This record gives sequence, structure tokens and C-alpha cells, in this order.
Amino acid sequence: MSTTTTPESRARGKAPAGERVADWADGRLGIYSLAKANMRKIFPDHWSFMLGEICLYSFIIIILTGVYLTLFFHPSMNEVEYHGSYVPLQGQLMSEAYKSTLDISFDVRGGLLIRQIHHWAALIFVAGMFVHMMRVFFTGAFRKPREINWLFGFLLLVLGMFTGFTGYSLPDDLLSGTGIRFMEGAILSVPIVGTYLSFFLFGGEFPGDDFVARFFSIHVLLLPGIMLGLVVAHLILVFYHKHTQFPGPGKTNKNVVGMPLLPVYMAKAGGFFFLVFGVLAAVAAIATVNPIWSIGPYRPDMVSTGAQPDWYMGFSEGLIRVMPGWEINFWGHTLVLGVFIPLMIFPLVLAAIAVYPFIESWVTGDKREHHILDRPRNAPTRTAFGVAWMTLYFVLLVGGGNDIWATHFHLSINAITWFVRIAFFVAPVVAFIVTKRICLGLQRRDKEKVLHGRESGIIKRLPHGEFIEVHEPLSQEQLYTLTAHEQPKPLELGPEVDENGVRRKVKASEKLRAKLSKGFYGEESQIPKPTVEEYKEITSGHGHH
Amino acid sequence: MKKLSARRRHPLAALVVLLLALACTGGLYAVFAPADKAQADETAQSLTIEEGKKLYTVGCASCHGTGGQGTSDGPSLVGVGAAAVDFQVGTGRMPAATSQAAQIPDKPAVYNQAQIDQLAAYIASLGAGPAIPTEEQYGPEGADAAKGGELFRNNCAQCHNFTGKGGALTHGKYAPSLEGVTPKHIYEAMLTGPQNMPSFPDTTLSEQNKKDVIAYLNAVNGEETESPGGLSLGGLGPVSEGLFAWVFGLGALIAVAVWVAARTAKAKKS
Amino acid sequence: MSSQDIPEENLPAAQDTSHGAVKPADEQNPFADPGLPPHEPRVQDIDERAAKRSERTVALLFTVSMLATVGFIASYVTIPVDKSVYVWPIGHISALNFALGMTLGLALFCIGAGAVHWARTLMSDHELADERHPIEAAPDVRAKVMDDFRQGAKESVLGRRKLIRNTMFGALALFPLSGVVLLRDLGPLPGTKLRHTLWSRGKLLVNMNTNEPLRPSDLIVGSLTFAKPEGLEEHDHGFQTEIAKAALMLVRIKPDDIKDRRALEWSHEGILAYSKICTHVGCPISLYEQQTHHALCPCHQSTFDLSDGAKVIFGPAGHPLPQLRIGVNDEGYLEALGDFDEPVGPAFWERG
Repeated sequence: MSTTTTPESRARGKAPAGERVADWADGRLGIYSLAKANMRKIFPDHWSFMLGEICLYSFIIIILTGVYLTLFFHPSMNEVEYHGSYVPLQGQLMSEAYKSTLDISFDVRGGLLIRQIHHWAALIFVAGMFVHMMRVFFTGAFRKPREINWLFGFLLLVLGMFTGFTGYSLPDDLLSGTGIRFMEGAILSVPIVGTYLSFFLFGGEFPGDDFVARFFSIHVLLLPGIMLGLVVAHLILVFYHKHTQFPGPGKTNKNVVGMPLLPVYMAKAGGFFFLVFGVLAAVAAIATVNPIWSIGPYRPDMVSTGAQPDWYMGFSEGLIRVMPGWEINFWGHTLVLGVFIPLMIFPLVLAAIAVYPFIESWVTGDKREHHILDRPRNAPTRTAFGVAWMTLYFVLLVGGGNDIWATHFHLSINAITWFVRIAFFVAPVVAFIVTKRICLGLQRRDKEKVLHGRESGIIKRLPHGEFIEVHEPLSQEQLYTLTAHEQPKPLELGPEVDENGVRRKVKASEKLRAKLSKGFYGEESQIPKPTVEEYKEITSGHGHH
Repeated sequence: MKKLSARRRHPLAALVVLLLALACTGGLYAVFAPADKAQADETAQSLTIEEGKKLYTVGCASCHGTGGQGTSDGPSLVGVGAAAVDFQVGTGRMPAATSQAAQIPDKPAVYNQAQIDQLAAYIASLGAGPAIPTEEQYGPEGADAAKGGELFRNNCAQCHNFTGKGGALTHGKYAPSLEGVTPKHIYEAMLTGPQNMPSFPDTTLSEQNKKDVIAYLNAVNGEETESPGGLSLGGLGPVSEGLFAWVFGLGALIAVAVWVAARTAKAKKS
Repeated sequence: MSSQDIPEENLPAAQDTSHGAVKPADEQNPFADPGLPPHEPRVQDIDERAAKRSERTVALLFTVSMLATVGFIASYVTIPVDKSVYVWPIGHISALNFALGMTLGLALFCIGAGAVHWARTLMSDHELADERHPIEAAPDVRAKVMDDFRQGAKESVLGRRKLIRNTMFGALALFPLSGVVLLRDLGPLPGTKLRHTLWSRGKLLVNMNTNEPLRPSDLIVGSLTFAKPEGLEEHDHGFQTEIAKAALMLVRIKPDDIKDRRALEWSHEGILAYSKICTHVGCPISLYEQQTHHALCPCHQSTFDLSDGAKVIFGPAGHPLPQLRIGVNDEGYLEALGDFDEPVGPAFWERG
């Protein structure tokens, strides 16, 4: 920077140290251009917009604590005899991985705390991603231009699940070993290549001596590396697109209203990192997670009841538990459908929610950018689909924990399994219909409110004896907020006969699209919002109240 | 030895010999000698059986038959042994309210220990079976909790969970939680296999093995058991952990997020 | 442009020009956007005492954090790692874990709470608005990029020199194969390894609990016992891999109660030896109900009827548990009469 541009009030070469450092960096990195666009970037305030931050911060905390754990963890399956401080395992044979995890828990000061923060943060990280994704889904924040970021987020969820699963398997305890055994069985069920995949993954027969070391590199290097890249890309896109906002006065599709990054969000978001870390540390101080010392070292001929994976794999556990045991033998081969079908449905369940944005944009034909969020009730079909999906997910979670449900609610495990088998097909449909009805009901109520005002709860007696409730008219802010949403018309197929009288060929996909579009925007899927004319007619006097 | 020779003249001596041959020797003592009677003489012994029979006729005969031969409502008790009686009645499972339930649950015991001993003596007199174990058999002395842990994971955890918190079986049956169950009752359960639980006789799970299992349970599921990491969340594994992470972990974080994002209170216009 | 240049009071109206220019008091359209509501001051904005209180609160939170960090270090130094303490209502827990976790949690939480309280009460709370710009490029930019690309593509002569193009794609498509080939040594080929276990004719059934060979009289009706093949010791290398296939579950059922003829033939006086490894995905199945003779898998609830050849009566398993044929040797010990006649554990493609 040339000194000639220095303001007169500043003496030559005496710029404050901070500014000089910034100048130095700008000359090499161009930070001023970056800061110009971002330093006072506006972020809207809403608690649900911080769900992603919960995930980001748990992810950072997981990396920090994970690095610490690698300093003490031995990813080895060599069998050793235990002679550490935990008495009920004295003299037991176990893998070095398990032993070093015991040492972290009992002999390294603070090791147990870091281990528990790491595991709790992982459980909450995935839970946070799930809720964050649902927030984005139900408010329609995935629409153009954010479809790619939706996919990045989805990939992060899937990778988070598998990173969690590989991490859960590292201590080589009896519970996680059972999970690995299940995984091996699932891989074996893959037609043609299953046996080979299993032998390559485990370095031979199950359990072998290799999987802990291999899972270790996957858990600490491969998957987190990809995730880190995706997180950065996700954040860059959030900055680039600018955050969405809920409808409200002054908020349009062409602006974003909120507080600037510097100073408010710097303090709020930075502070929130510490709040999240603080809460996680307190949780790790109060509640134990995965007490591997009570679980015991892995032996392939031992097992405990209540063998479940961590919650985010629970729905796959449900799938596998409720599947009937179909097996087909032919020409000296076995098709293990009882395992392979759940293995195939598992990614499909996840994919169903991931591809939804593309289906919606195809059906609605909407190619515009959307920065104003939908209220879930104003998109009844989407909301109903989301609830149906969550219902399916929850039903499968129930299936995955059927033994715990059985013991705690005094039910028959067979009855629960049958319930899940039926509910897998029925419950999402019921949830879809019910949710759509509720959304339409809420739309009707909004319309009532706009046209007749808010029910004030005040009862008035009219001169002729009639009792009425006084309705307070809404403020213009409220009127705007309740009527700002769009109500598109369903797509039309167009005339089947063109102007020359020749029958046009209507493709099956077009017909399907028109039909689906009617499902989204047809008369049965939205209550027409009040018009200005309706409003004026009611408020102009011949309405009694 | 003195006690043994005193009992040799007993009318039930033959039975005693048979019991000795089949069951472990120590358990017998408790059957014939309730705590307050160190010296069990003949009259006392037959009195005990007599009393037990009276109790049996009132409380048990309707289902198990007047001579313990069993009916459609209850199995035969001939040869189940004193240990089975002590377990079933001592844990309140017997007398049962109904024989139709998937499983008969434990409840507060209806009889006191003296009455249970009388009942046990009577049932033991019907046919030889495992005797009630002694403190020496289930006590902590000479037990290896770590070995017990291995045995527990091999033989017990599949139904009762890693640390004995219980688990589900088919059609509404369940393996109960072992929390708060006395060592004696655990020993008796292993020995006799109540209801659908298989038995683990001394020939396959030796006396020392049983002692080890009990020592392990006491170490991981006793009143003084430490849970170093904090709340044990029922010891049920990932299901309860997941629930906790969602409700309290994520719940707390969302509560904090609501505070962070909430609008600050505005000054009232005056 | 940066929104910091905009005087706050101008914001709502200024921003609204981009939005149909409806004025708040539009008589024609009662549903029109009234624009951003006017800014209302907080207590701290108009009352310096309140602002001071906030300042003190923030400072207090930061101070508490410092003290908590001191507490963390003190706990680390003074509390022994194996010290147990009773904390109501949590129970008997590690004193060190609790102290470290609570002090660390407090230290971090107070930093966060201080920063947020500071932002909420003392930093400006004027809502600002940023404009959004369409992400799609303007048509002229698009045209320019397309032209540049065509120019570049043309200059590369890739379209014209098909030979270069095809061989390059070929090379690029082939080279990842080296990486795939390198994965070959991850493990041996399966061969028939999944078909065989350590069991063979004459191997004694050794009790898992006592490490002694079993006699028929050891097993009473209603009992449950686990066995391994003679010669397999826990300290052996490869024990885990062998026991994963060879683990055996022994039950004794009254011969009259055994429904399956072959199962009875393969048993010894009602002593049935089944593989302990579930045929579904390989959990050690052993929840044996001695009255119903059902064995339940704790992982996925496959249920096998051990009195009926271990047939699957519920759950996701596809075929019965393999049974090991057993007999008694000259010394009166239980022995295997051969290996399992089918692969144990989960089914796989080559199982047939």
C-alpha cells in the first residue's frame, strides 16, 4: 500500500501494528476483498438456523478429542493379558485395542472424560445433522440454488454414520464385535462377490487380526478427511448463497435481514462453539457412554442381549430384525434374501429423502431461486412426505430396539416384530394422509385469521341478545406474513391436439408429472389464500364484526 | 462331623445319603438346620417337615397336587429339591397368581425364611434334589470375579445382559434383571433352572464357577458398584445412550440455541 | 455493496425499492409488505445502568471461566485417577472424571455465555439487510464464457485429432486398475475355509467353563452347556477365528420330546450338539428356553426349535442351525463323529 493514501491524522509509518499485519497479509492473500464481501455479512436470527452450527462444532470437538485419543489408543488385535486397574477383568485375554481403551478409561487422567466427550459428541453430531436436515427439508430450504448443498449435507450425514460405526468398532469390545459380526454376515449375503469382499475386508476369515487396524485408518483418516472437505464446501456455499429467512415484514426474496457477522455473529457463533463444547463436557461428566469395561472383550462365541448399534444405525438394525428369513438355493448357490434385501433397502431409505428436492423441482417445474422459507403448512405435500419418511424411520428404530421395548413395556418381542412388519408399509401412508389434513386445517385457520382477525377471547352481548366473540383485526405485519406465500397452479398437460388438429403424443412421464403436480398444487392440496377482494368485502362494513 | 453323626440316626437318613450323593454336601445343612437351631434333633426335623406339609397343603397343593405330584396347573415337585423351593418361594415367584401368564414374575415373598425352610424340607422329603447352598458356596471368599465375568458372558449375558440388567425372550417371556437378587438365589437359579432358564449343574458349571459368577455380578451390579463415567443409563447399551443424546444432549443444545437466537427484551415505551 | 454504509434509519424503505415499491400504508393492498419494523431500543440502549449491569455480568462469566480452568488444573493434579465418590443422584462415579468434566464444561460454557450475553445486550441490535444478487450469470457473461470455451476447445484440436482423444481416454480409464489390483493382497481367497471347522471324528467335546472333556452324565435334562473342540486353547493364535466357527451349544432333551428323527439319531441319548453361531448373520445364539426348547438369537430374534432339528420358527434366519453328530468314546467321553455336514454361520453365495 502506498503511504500517500494514509489519512493525514496518521503519521508516516506509524500505522497501528494490527493494520500493518493486515496490510502485509492483504498484499499476499488479498484479504481485504474477501473481508469486504464477508466481514459485515448478514445472518438472520432464528434458533433453527443454529442446528447446523451444533453439528459443525460437535464435528470440531470430535476431531480435537479424537486426536487426543489416538495418542493413547493402540489399533492392534494382538492378544494380551490384562493386568491394569479394572479388577473384574484381571487376567483376561483381550486385544491390545481393548486394553488400551481400558487404559484410557482408567489410567490416563482425563482419558475417560475425553473418550466420553468424543462418543457423546458423535451421537449428538449425527442427531444434530438429522434435525438440521429435517429443518432444511420442512422449510423448503433445499430449493434452488441450494440443491447441491443439500446433497453435501446428506453425504455428511451418511459419512457421519459410517465414521461413527467404524469408531464404535475400534475398542474391540463384545458389543461392537457383535456389530462387526453382523456386518460380516451382511457382506457375505451379497451375491457372487460377498465372500470375497468379506475375506478382503477382514484379511481372511472373521474376525482375523486385521480389522481394527483397517477400521482405524478408515475412521481417523479416510472418512474424516472427506468429511472435512465437504464441511468446508458446505460452509462456503452457505456464505455464497447467503442464508435463507422466514417470511416477514421487510423480508423479501432479494434481501437477507439480520445481524452482521462482525461483531454480532462473531460473538454469537464463536460463543456458541464454547457453549456446545461446555454442554458436551458436562454431559460427559454426568453420564457414561459405552462403558466397554462392563461389556467385556470381544469373543466371537459370546454375546449379550440388547445388542444394538449406536442410534444412527438403529434403523438398519430394525430392517434386519423384521425381515423374514428368505433364502433361495439354486445350482449350488445361495441367495440370502433375508439379509440382502434389508442391505439394499438401507441405502434406499436414505436416498428417498436425498432425491426429494430433485423430484419436487421436476414435478413443480419451478426453476426460480428461493430464499424465503416455506412454512411447513403451506407446502402440505412436502410436509406430509417428510413426516411419512420420519415415521418410517421411527418405525424401523422401534424394530431395531424391539427387545428393549419388549422388556420395558412388557410386550412380546414377536408382537413388536409383527407390528413393525405391518407398520413399515402402513404407518408412512397413514402419516402422509394425516399430516396433509393437518396442514390444510392450519391453512384454513390462517385464512380465517386473515379475514376475520384473531380470536380475542372477549365475549360481547349484542343489543338483541346475541353473544359474539370479538375478533381483533391483525396488524399489517401479520397480514403480510400470513399471505406472502405463493400458491402455484398445477402443471397442465396442454392440449392433446395441436393447432393443426394432429393428436400430440403425450409421454407417460409427462402424464405422471401432471398427476403429481396436481398432488402438490391441486385443489385438494392447498386452501386458496385470502384475496384482497375477500378481505375488503369483509372488512368494509357489512361484516358484523 | 458331630452334627453329621447326630443325624445318622434320623429316620430320613437314607434320603440324606442319597441327597449327599447327588447334590453338593454343604447345601444340605441349611435345609435341616434353620438359623436358630444349630443342633437339629430328630423331633425338630420331623416337626419341620410336618410344618412344611401344613404350609404346603394350604398354599401350594391346589396347583401342585396334595403330594406334590403336580396337576395341569403346576408341575410335579418330586425331586426338584430344596434349592428350587427356596428360590421360587424366596423370590416370591411362588405361590403364583396364575399359571396362564407368559412367565411368573418375582414379587415380595409371601412366606418368611423359617416357613420357606419348612416348605423346602417338606419338598426335599418327597424326592432327592439340589439342596439350598450355604454361604460358603456363594460367598465372596476365594472367588475370581474376572473369571466369573468370562463365565457370565459365555453362559448368562445372552439372556441377562452384560451386567445382569435383564433382557427379552420369546412371546413376552423375559430374563429378569439380576439387580438386588441375593447371591443365594442366584446360586439356586443356576443350579435348578427355574421356569424357562436352563440349569447349570455342578457337573458343567462347577461350584467354583458359580462362586466366580456371583462375585462378578456383585462387582458389576452390586449396590456399591462404581460407574466411573457417570449415570449408567440403565446399563442397557446404545438404545438408552441414543435416547439420552437426543433428549438431554441435543435438547440442551437446542435450548441454548434458542437463547442465543432469541431477541433481547426491548425497553418498554413509557 | 457493503451494508455498513447504509444509515440504519434508511434501511427498510431503501431495501423495499427492489420489491414492487409498495408503501406500508397502501390502501389498495392491505396484504402489502409493510417493510422492516422500526428499531426499538433495549433497556441497555437507553439506560446506562442496565448496560453497566450487562457489562458486569459478562465480566463475571469470563471470571468464572478463569476460575473453572484453575479448578480443572487443580483437579487434575490433586485427585487420584482411581478415586470413587458418591454424587447424588448420579451414584458412585469417578471423582476425577466428574471434577474435570464439570470444570471444563463450566469454563467453556461461561466463555460462550459471556460472549453471547455481550452480543445480545451490548452490541448493536439494529437489523440490517443485505441485497441478494442472482447467482446465474448475465447473458453476456455466459456468451463470453461459451465463446472462450469453444475457442479453447478448438485450439486444443482435441475434437479433430480423434486418435489423441481416444488414446488419452483409454490411458485415463486404465490406470486406476493398478490401484484395484493393489488391493488384491488385502486377504486370501475364500477357498473352502467357510465349509470346515476344527471338529473332526474323535475330537472330544470340552466344557467351555471347566476346560474338561464332557461325559453324558454331566449333562442333565434342561441344562445348557457350551463346548469347544479338544486341543483349542484360548491362548492359541487363531483361537478367535476358530471358535467363531467351532463354538458348540449342548442341550439335553428327553428323547421322546425330540421331534426330528435325524436330530435324535445324531444326538447321544437326547444330548444335542448344535452350532452356537446363528445362521442369520453369525451372532452366538444361545438364549435357550428349556421348557419350550426354543433358542433365540439376542441380536435379531431368530428363533430355532432345538427339539425339532433347530428349525427356524421365527425371525430372519434362513435355515436351521447345523447339528454336530456326537457319540461316546471308549472312555465314556462325548466325542464328535465328524465335522458339521454343512457350513456353520451366515449363508453365503457359494454355500448352495
